[in-house]
Amino acid sequence: MEITMMMYLIPSLIMFGCGVYGFITRKNMIAILISLELMLNSVDINFTVFNRFLFPGQMEGMFFTLFAIGIAAAETALAIAIVINVFRAVNKVDIRELTKMKF
Amino acid sequence: MESVGNIVMYFIIAIAIIVFSVLTVTSRKILRSATYLLFVLFATAGIYFQIGYEFLGAVQIAVYAGGIMVLFVFSILLTSRPGNSAERLTAHKKWLGLTAAIAGVGVCGYSLLSYGELMARNMSVNLNVDIQRIGEALLSTDKWGYLLPFEAISILLLACIIGGVVIARKR
Repeated sequence: MEITMMMYLIPSLIMFGCGVYGFITRKNMIAILISLELMLNSVDINFTVFNRFLFPGQMEGMFFTLFAIGIAAAETALAIAIVINVFRAVNKVDIRELTKMKF
Repeated sequence: MESVGNIVMYFIIAIAIIVFSVLTVTSRKILRSATYLLFVLFATAGIYFQIGYEFLGAVQIAVYAGGIMVLFVFSILLTSRPGNSAERLTAHKKWLGLTAAIAGVGVCGYSLLSYGELMARNMSVNLNVDIQRIGEALLSTDKWGYLLPFEAISILLLACIIGGVVIARKR
């Protein structure tokens, strides 16, 4: 039995589907952020797998994943700062109750 | 022909990814879903190690599992009481999410399956991503060099640090 490219892409596809489901159904802002991380992570897997199986001599997919991980870290840090600031202002993180942009 | 250990490892990683990512979005306790996300990130690092990108797997563990998860756990503990669980989903919202997710997965899965020949490709053995080659590519200005994105991301991280301090400081 051989491990083909498809066998790496299918878990990543299911991970992306879970991310979409969580992004739509979750109410807590941090839970939405967690779903977003799932989606980003599955895309990273796709980049490296395509790089490895189709162009093993080059490193483009690997570098794209490297920079995507860095940007995802920056984005999460900033988003959590915003979430904590919102929590400090209105004392909740539920998106149904955050309808006012100003405080 | 792959070795048996490799195939067993692949199935462990794939099943862990599928099970834990489903649990991440369905668990009603937010701290638990963050923990399941940690397991998904570890399994992803396992994929990187398995297909030969050791440096990428190390970065994944250091940045995601070490940095981002700490941020998540801290912010969860700051914004919600441990033991609180989210209320049950309404049927309308659940169907909406399931429809969107299954439609997306269906379209992507169909397009994957339609590339049958390409997708059945095996890993070639000649992979050379040693750390010296990565470092030289990261800091070179040649055709396959990445100095400009490297500098751009350093500016981005600086802006992110300043933005985080400005947003989260006490007024």
